[in-house]
Amino acid sequence: MIWNWEYTIEILPVLARAAIVTIEATFLSFFIALVLGLVLAVLRMSGPIVGWLASAFVELVRSTPLLIQIFFLFFVLPRFGIVLDAFTAGIIALSIHYGCYCSEVYRAGLEAVPRGQWEACTALNVSSWHTFKNIILPQAIPPIVPALGNYLVALFKDTPLLSAIAVLELVQTAKNLGSENFRYTEPMTIVGVAFLVLSLVSAVAIRWLERRLNRRSVR
Amino acid sequence: MTETVDRPMVRFEGVTKRYGSLTVLDSLNLDIGRGEKVAIIGPSGSGKTTVLRMLMTLERIDGGVIWVDGEPMTHMQKNGKLVPAEAKHLRRVRSKIGMVFQHFNLFPHMTALGNCIEAPMTVLGLPRREAEERAADLLNLVGLGEKKGHYPAQLSGGQQQRVAIARALAMRPKIMLFDEVTSALDPELCGEVLQVIRKLGSEHDLTMLMVTHQMGFAKEFADRVCFFYQGKICEQGEPRELFTAPKNERTQQFLRAVLEAV
Repeated sequence: MIWNWEYTIEILPVLARAAIVTIEATFLSFFIALVLGLVLAVLRMSGPIVGWLASAFVELVRSTPLLIQIFFLFFVLPRFGIVLDAFTAGIIALSIHYGCYCSEVYRAGLEAVPRGQWEACTALNVSSWHTFKNIILPQAIPPIVPALGNYLVALFKDTPLLSAIAVLELVQTAKNLGSENFRYTEPMTIVGVAFLVLSLVSAVAIRWLERRLNRRSVR
Repeated sequence: MTETVDRPMVRFEGVTKRYGSLTVLDSLNLDIGRGEKVAIIGPSGSGKTTVLRMLMTLERIDGGVIWVDGEPMTHMQKNGKLVPAEAKHLRRVRSKIGMVFQHFNLFPHMTALGNCIEAPMTVLGLPRREAEERAADLLNLVGLGEKKGHYPAQLSGGQQQRVAIARALAMRPKIMLFDEVTSALDPELCGEVLQVIRKLGSEHDLTMLMVTHQMGFAKEFADRVCFFYQGKICEQGEPRELFTAPKNERTQQFLRAVLEAV
């Protein structure tokens, strides 16, 4: 028989625990990426030197493979006295990688807010901080929610790369189960289906959020 | 400080503005008295909008000094010398000025009321209730008391511009700048905006400076009209005089062209 139900039921709890690790890694990394992306976008728009440095960093990260970045943090940094456990190294790599992609999206969103909005705030004597926080950002975010959401899904689908440094997320766990029992069909299929279902659920959630934000700004 | 009464509310002293090699304003000298209503007219590219934008600190000046209410705005006094102003000084002096823009520049994610309370709350530190009372009064003044819960996109152009006027007034400026405030409006909506400005002029002790293409309004409303041409004041005077018997050839040409178009 190709599919063994008994085995399936036996490994499901193990994979469920691994799924929690995957989901944790996804949301933690994405949250940090969102914050980091915004910081990078603001840095890139401020001052020539800081802006150039931030842009160079973003280009560096975007032009190298995520897997190399994960390996670098996990295997190279210890040589400089920075030792990270696998999960932490993985989170940092995902956050930085996706933070750089998000910064591009933020930048597009921020630049799309008309200059007149800044000018109106100057005329009203509103400080740059309040202008940014209360006027510019609320207008910049809603249009970029779909683009940011795509990166959430992309990040989620990149978490299996963490298996390369033995983080016990879904794929690594499935691989271990397969090699222990000499049966790969069930664990790999379950993991594939889990990714499919979770991706679809996030896509729906993002579309819901998008509609909600649009409704609020259909003024 | 008592002597400031005689001083002009706004003084441009040899103010120059360049964009690259293009001189937009060439050593402008202009005094605007307390409570005076000055209209600036002229062909496009004559630098008239730049005058307002420099006064609102939206443009940096390349030469000269702008004085507001008896003190230098673009500069500050240090050891008896005038040095370029620091941000703090700029903010303090700028608080005396309000501006209304051609394209309204309302905050689209806030209601009419929200637009009017944002700056009073964050800049002046007014408690929400007080800011809302002030905003409601001003929205009544511009005839939009009923619309305070509406978002800009739910309002007509004329209504949006009136909200923008209320928003600027909420900061209690002494000087109001109007930059072609009816140019983006359908002709039938200009009247309601001009009506509000007229009301402000008669009921409030505001100094007003407006760039306009509405010659009829300038003639009836302004105390003085300045005709700008190629970065200089070509001719200025009382509206009756300037509109009926312009002395300068350029002014004559411009007025002929504009009045023909109507």
